[in-house]
Amino acid sequence: MPELTYREALNRAMDEEMARDEKVFLIGEEVGEYDGAYKVSRGLLAKYGPKRVRDTPISELGFTGLGVGAAIAGLRPVVEWMTHNFALLAVDQVVNNAAKLRQMSGGQISVPIVFRGPNGPAEFLAAQHSQSLGGFWMHVPGLKVVAPATPSDAYGLLKSAIRDDNPVVMLEAELMYPWKGEVSEQEFLVPIGKARIAREGEDVTLITYSKPIRMVEEAAERLAEKGVRAEVIDLRSLRPLDEETVVHSVRKTGRCVVIDEAWPMASPGVTVAQLVNSRCFDVLDAPVELVSGEDVPMPYNHTLELAAQPSVEKVIAAVGRVLYREDL
Amino acid sequence: MKTELAQYRKEELLRILTIMQTIRAFEEKAGMMYGLRKIGGFCHLYTGQEAVAAGAIFSLDLSKDYVVTAYRDHGHAIACGMDPKKAMAELFGKVTGCSHGKGGSMHLFDLEHHFMGGNGIVGAQIPVAAGVAFAQQYQGTGGVTLCFFGDGAFHQGSVHETFNLAKIWNLPIVFIIENNQWGMGTNWKKVSAVDDFSATAGAYGMKGYSCDGLDVLEVRATIEKAVSEARLGRPSVVEARTYRYKGHSMSDPQKYRTREEIDEYRKRDAIQSFVTKLTGEKILSEEEWKDMIQRISAQIEEAVAFAEESPEPALSELYTDIYA
Ligand SMILES: Cc1ncc(C[n+]2csc(CCOP(=O)(O)OP(=O)(O)O)c2C)c(N)n1
Ligand SMILES: [Mg+2]
Repeated sequence: MPELTYREALNRAMDEEMARDEKVFLIGEEVGEYDGAYKVSRGLLAKYGPKRVRDTPISELGFTGLGVGAAIAGLRPVVEWMTHNFALLAVDQVVNNAAKLRQMSGGQISVPIVFRGPNGPAEFLAAQHSQSLGGFWMHVPGLKVVAPATPSDAYGLLKSAIRDDNPVVMLEAELMYPWKGEVSEQEFLVPIGKARIAREGEDVTLITYSKPIRMVEEAAERLAEKGVRAEVIDLRSLRPLDEETVVHSVRKTGRCVVIDEAWPMASPGVTVAQLVNSRCFDVLDAPVELVSGEDVPMPYNHTLELAAQPSVEKVIAAVGRVLYREDL
Repeated sequence: MKTELAQYRKEELLRILTIMQTIRAFEEKAGMMYGLRKIGGFCHLYTGQEAVAAGAIFSLDLSKDYVVTAYRDHGHAIACGMDPKKAMAELFGKVTGCSHGKGGSMHLFDLEHHFMGGNGIVGAQIPVAAGVAFAQQYQGTGGVTLCFFGDGAFHQGSVHETFNLAKIWNLPIVFIIENNQWGMGTNWKKVSAVDDFSATAGAYGMKGYSCDGLDVLEVRATIEKAVSEARLGRPSVVEARTYRYKGHSMSDPQKYRTREEIDEYRKRDAIQSFVTKLTGEKILSEEEWKDMIQRISAQIEEAVAFAEESPEPALSELYTDIYA
């Protein structure tokens, strides 16, 4: 199987969907002539022209809302947010329009739109440019939220998102764009709402999504050296959440650690922990542990910045707590 | 706006030149330090635009006036009087930096010098600046707020909402659009419905001014006029046409513009043309100019040494400075 970067996988998905369906267009800041701030849309302007690859002014509220309007009138917009930090300017259009128009219109209208861009901490970017905002979207009924962590899932989930008749928010990450992985040459879709077992194990379930996956896999590897067999679940979708895969795993292991880069309060991580508590209470051998981002705005200083995020060491320590083992 | 050197005292002119050159030297050093990985992440250099911050901020009385800007903020901070040591240490992420190493390049703040940052979200500082002006009016301080933003930021809704608020409440504010022609890789003409930002002021019943942002005395005279109007409750909009020499941030291959375009502007370099004017009028000698350059580069070297030697914030700092 050929290897693609995460960036190339997203690009291929958009390219194929634009070729397949005239109604699909890409809109956002620097998506055209600049080939995308993170080069995800490289070559698409040259291939599809400025009608379908639309560079915008720096007007997040405006072009996000315009995307919603285009979607209810028959198009399938892919709105690229340069980052999710800037999407905060457009929250109203997503929460009050995209997510609700169908229900408010009694099912007359559908809003087939994708909002995508990098999310989460990167490096040296300080408080306004380094934050994990998936919970803001996950909170909202009417939206779907996906967070692929491999090139293959990035490809398959973006294609599913574009074909979905509902608004889908996609969480990517700047630091994941160069990640490489196998992606089948054959066209395929990854269904929204299905988690992936990234590693099988019997002793403890580690649940995460998006960029922390590699760090969690490394923690699982180190745990294996100490005789702890960890199962790793990559959620892939935050809404809908694949409850069955999560519950099935924890019912097998009886112990659970949730890893989430977001702040700990009202976060995706606590939602998952609550799900495990309510559906696996009878089999849990220890309280569910949450390894989250620290409850602080991201500092610029690199040492503090690293300390503010989940790490292999923090995950292993949490596993030690659920296993009541001080030697880990 | 016509400006005569004779209007100014020599010390005043030399002070303005010193500020411009300090910014230039600081930015050049910051660029080098970035190359050495002493500085990371986004670092937006102000090189080429010095005349705007220097000329505009020189018109203020910072005992009561305030300055608010975006992430390309080193020049404004220095023009407000921030010690280059504190600025460089902040870029290095050190605890002695103006923001204790927590803000970095984009988030310089200096309350003592009435410099209110340093905002990384395009357009977000604009209503905040109006709020500062509101507080000045409310408290009757007689102060004015200068709000800087870029040609790219102009298309945020915050600009248009704030223009209206400023006018209906007669806020003591001057909006300065630093039109450096590019918002990242986007040329301003491609995304703007108007080819003269200052003209939009009229739509909100405000006065609009344009000035050559490469001519520091023209900037100075224009802002002085706008500031004196603002003190009387008449907000206005100033467009300063300028140019950024360096990439948008540090990792920008700049495929969107030509070498020739940059060279064209470098020929009109704001510092060089000011020096030529001053030496032509015998206000500054070649000798004095060389001395000034040397003095300033020594000061910047000192700032680097200070940043280098300063400690990093302790881990316990992670949870400090968050709540008052
Ligand atoms: C709301 C928001 N959208 C996008 C960005 C990314 N971004 C940072 S600077 C910039 C260009 C701004 O251009 P301009 O206002 O002309 O200022 P300049 O960089 O030229 O000083 C963009 C798009 C951001 N920081 N905030
Ligand atoms: Mg600009």
